[in-house]
Amino acid sequence: MADISSHSSQSLPIVKQKIGRDDWTMRAFMVVIAIYLVVALALPLYVMMSKSFETYRFELDRFEIQVDKGDGWSDVTTVAALNQQVNAIGADELATSSDGRLGITKLFPDFSFRSKTNYRLRNIAGSDAVFLIGSERVAHNEWVKLSSNDFRRVVLRPSPSTGFDNFRTYFSTPALFNSVYNSLAIAFIVTVITVSLAFAFAYALNRSCMRYKGVFRLIAMAPLLVPSLLPGIALVYLFGNQGMLKELMFGYSIYGPIGIIIGSVFFTFPHAMIIINTSLALSDARLYEAATSLRTPRFKIFRLITIPGARYGLISAAFVVFNLVITDFGLPKVIGGQFNVLAVDIYKQVIGQQNFQMGAVVSVVLLIPALIAFSVDRYIQKKQVALLSSRSVTYQPSPSKIFDRQMFAYCTVISLIIVTILAVCQYAALIKFWPYDLSLSLSNYAFDLMDGGGWDSYRNSIKLALLTAMFGTIVVFTGAYMVEKARGFENGRTVFQLLAMMPMAIPGMVLGLAYIFFFNNPANPFNFIYATMAILVVSTVTHFYTVSHLTAVTALKQMDNEFESVGASLKQPFYKVMGLVTVPVCLPAILDIWMYLFVNAMTTVSAVVFLYSSDTTLASVAVLNMDDAGDVAPAAAMGMMIFYTNVGARILHAGLSRLLLKKTQAWRMR
Amino acid sequence: MAEAQSTSGYLQIKNITKKFGEFTALDNISLDIHEGEFICFLGPSGCGKTTFLRAIAGLDIQTHGVIEQSGKDISTLPPSERDFGIVFQSYALFPNLKVRRNIAFGLENRGVSTPDINARVTELLELVGLPDQGDKFPAQLSGGQQQRIALARAIATKPGLLLLDEPLSALDAKVRVHLRHEIKELQANLGITTIMVTHDQEEALTMADRIVVMNHGVIDQVGTPIEIYTEPATAFVADFIGKMNFLPGQVAQSGHVKIGDISLAADTQGYAQGDEITVAVRPENIIVLEGTDKPENTVRVVVKAMEFLGSFYRATLISPKMGNVEFGADFSINMTRRTNIKLGDEVKIILPSERILVYPKGVKNG
Repeated sequence: MADISSHSSQSLPIVKQKIGRDDWTMRAFMVVIAIYLVVALALPLYVMMSKSFETYRFELDRFEIQVDKGDGWSDVTTVAALNQQVNAIGADELATSSDGRLGITKLFPDFSFRSKTNYRLRNIAGSDAVFLIGSERVAHNEWVKLSSNDFRRVVLRPSPSTGFDNFRTYFSTPALFNSVYNSLAIAFIVTVITVSLAFAFAYALNRSCMRYKGVFRLIAMAPLLVPSLLPGIALVYLFGNQGMLKELMFGYSIYGPIGIIIGSVFFTFPHAMIIINTSLALSDARLYEAATSLRTPRFKIFRLITIPGARYGLISAAFVVFNLVITDFGLPKVIGGQFNVLAVDIYKQVIGQQNFQMGAVVSVVLLIPALIAFSVDRYIQKKQVALLSSRSVTYQPSPSKIFDRQMFAYCTVISLIIVTILAVCQYAALIKFWPYDLSLSLSNYAFDLMDGGGWDSYRNSIKLALLTAMFGTIVVFTGAYMVEKARGFENGRTVFQLLAMMPMAIPGMVLGLAYIFFFNNPANPFNFIYATMAILVVSTVTHFYTVSHLTAVTALKQMDNEFESVGASLKQPFYKVMGLVTVPVCLPAILDIWMYLFVNAMTTVSAVVFLYSSDTTLASVAVLNMDDAGDVAPAAAMGMMIFYTNVGARILHAGLSRLLLKKTQAWRMR
Repeated sequence: MAEAQSTSGYLQIKNITKKFGEFTALDNISLDIHEGEFICFLGPSGCGKTTFLRAIAGLDIQTHGVIEQSGKDISTLPPSERDFGIVFQSYALFPNLKVRRNIAFGLENRGVSTPDINARVTELLELVGLPDQGDKFPAQLSGGQQQRIALARAIATKPGLLLLDEPLSALDAKVRVHLRHEIKELQANLGITTIMVTHDQEEALTMADRIVVMNHGVIDQVGTPIEIYTEPATAFVADFIGKMNFLPGQVAQSGHVKIGDISLAADTQGYAQGDEITVAVRPENIIVLEGTDKPENTVRVVVKAMEFLGSFYRATLISPKMGNVEFGADFSINMTRRTNIKLGDEVKIILPSERILVYPKGVKNG
């Protein structure tokens, strides 16, 4: 052997496998979906980032001016020099936004539009320094002669430049900067409360023998089915200025941090519960048996076995909740009052003040905590997977009268709170005029008479949810399939995985704003989807891509890797194995993805609030807008419509799943 | 390795190297496989045998080297353009398709009519001895039955080459022994060139026409089961297949080795006088001297331990003159009864010179 091995293999040519037709097809699919993610995510984000560094300023030294008061033209002087003489325009007026306009008549204290004085104006910097006469844009470098009457209609336009000015402004404006503290504080407090409550709830579900576990689990999931701002409306009815239980607030106002915290705990509760529940369900019964046989006291078992066993779930839940709260927009908008948080700031900057650059700056600031929370969560999830693969014995709780009763009581209280919040919304929707006319009426459902798009917005939402679920499921599953099953092409697959993970780290508000910058640009070839249903579908699919992708990947990973090898050895095209085996076997996961996308498309506010048009108003946004306009009861009514739709969809989904599974999963029965 | 140089092979593998980054999984391997042969790749886990099989299938392509199948260079072809059928350890039966559909899978879309496909599937089901299991789902079959279905699916399209990746290792011992025979018989009847990967030496010895013993990404030896067993080319092969005693020694002179103070006649191969070597002998080749004559290579030893293993005893022997090295010997039940050997007895044994093997020094008892 030795003599053969001594040949240097370095000099040999590396064998490259011929790429078969299947390989090309699979790669093509993967590239198409990767391009989708680049266009729908990476590029908009990039454009938004660059916008945050874009500043606008009136550059007075780029304009020259001459005056003729009837005695010939004066010396040529720059507007900057003139301003220095008369000091009419302060330095702070020079910084502006992209829409800034600056009149210059105040440079001439004796200006009158009736005087015979003539003016000549020109820019000396080309298209970087433009002025308008009325609405006529002057971008050339020639002198323009203007009568006094015309001169008063002249406005200078700002010049763009890049730099950290926006960030400097942001961090030196306490009104803006305080939101960072507010957001972090709220997110932190909510995280602590939600994780504690959810842990106890999951603990009860896993470790007690109480009754009605199924009912409790169902109720705990209910907040997933409503927009995050709905609890805000319920809180207004309960604890607002005319609230039913106002006295319980002891003079404090629900509008502000208290309201945000209570509402956030409500809508983040199921997320935390699911994660912690999974990690508790995974713990190994053998540890408990060993501890019990050693007569370890119950609290010690809890401290030494239960908590460490669930620690990944707890940490992961904490970061997920933190991320949800800090990026949530709907709830603080409804109940935040004067209390500013980052996500609402973006909305205010963009919708209220049309200051897109500053909106971009806040977005960048909001990205940082969201990215950190996301990375930590990913890291933890990887560890949790390692735990999953170990062969443990499932813990079976044994009945204990006192403990089971305590747990039952606790779960009842939590469930009652959840049900109350939903019931209050429904009650509010059916009352004619709280608190003066408590007779029941359906008048609040006459959405067509209110702001927000009327019943059309409800129909649009259903359309959006159906399109998102259908289109999204196909895109997500195809992408996951190609990235899992394609042979070779390692670099391409790594890039794809990275792209697929990104959406989770991007707050909805940031995504929405990025879409404005990217798709609203007339030079963008995809500009045509702006203000259509298509952009709403694209943004929603992208916003919820990661979780769907992970669901698909998990399902695919559970399948034997060699199915494709067998298919290839039998000379069958990959789509035959995919269509006949992979998709049918993964059908439960595919249906789950469908449902996930549907529910989230119904409830999401954050990304789409920037993107809907008058033809594509949405129910969730209508809740926001009606609430904003003071139509709180109709807002609650619409919110409950979303809830019932989602409940209906879930029931339909369950029925359909059962039917389909019966047909396609017969092989699971022995 | 001399075999590899022949020219008439059905499958010719020339200088295959496979690297995973810095790690070399296959190091410049060459091998020739004849038509209709049953070949086993045998080796411990991590030796590269599965990597080798996957390279032949085109599932994980080699980094360097050439593979020719019936005279055609297939080195760069994707698996779908090669001619082979494969059975995996997991069987990879499509769980949601019934057995018949699983077997028919490769026959579809090939211009074969449905009645012909059905006839072929029935034929295959009979061939693997499961004629009435066609309408079940794979999960409804036992492991051994699933295994046979996977085999039927792999040979349905009459490929020129059958690849078996540890096909029996997921089964329990009895089924495994039974299926060993069936697969071998089926293969012999069909005359299909077959490569099987296994880490089970018994499987390899009973099934293969030739065994390819692999270790650390290279081939240590290629040969018939008897060759591999009786003339292991390296200490690794000797140790991996069967049981082997390794004793440190020297070459006393050509034709004689020395262990401690004992000199034994043996084939010293190319070693020169005074070379440090390892002397190897299998436990079952050690003979207890029962008569009074004194043939060559007789050694006086003490029985230090005796382990009852059912059909024989595995005795641990020790001899002060051989430097107190312990080594094992298999004593048949009959012989033990006849001679009444007990623990602590001193006995004379013969180390037959033609059964003594010599390897480089430094090999330890595994």
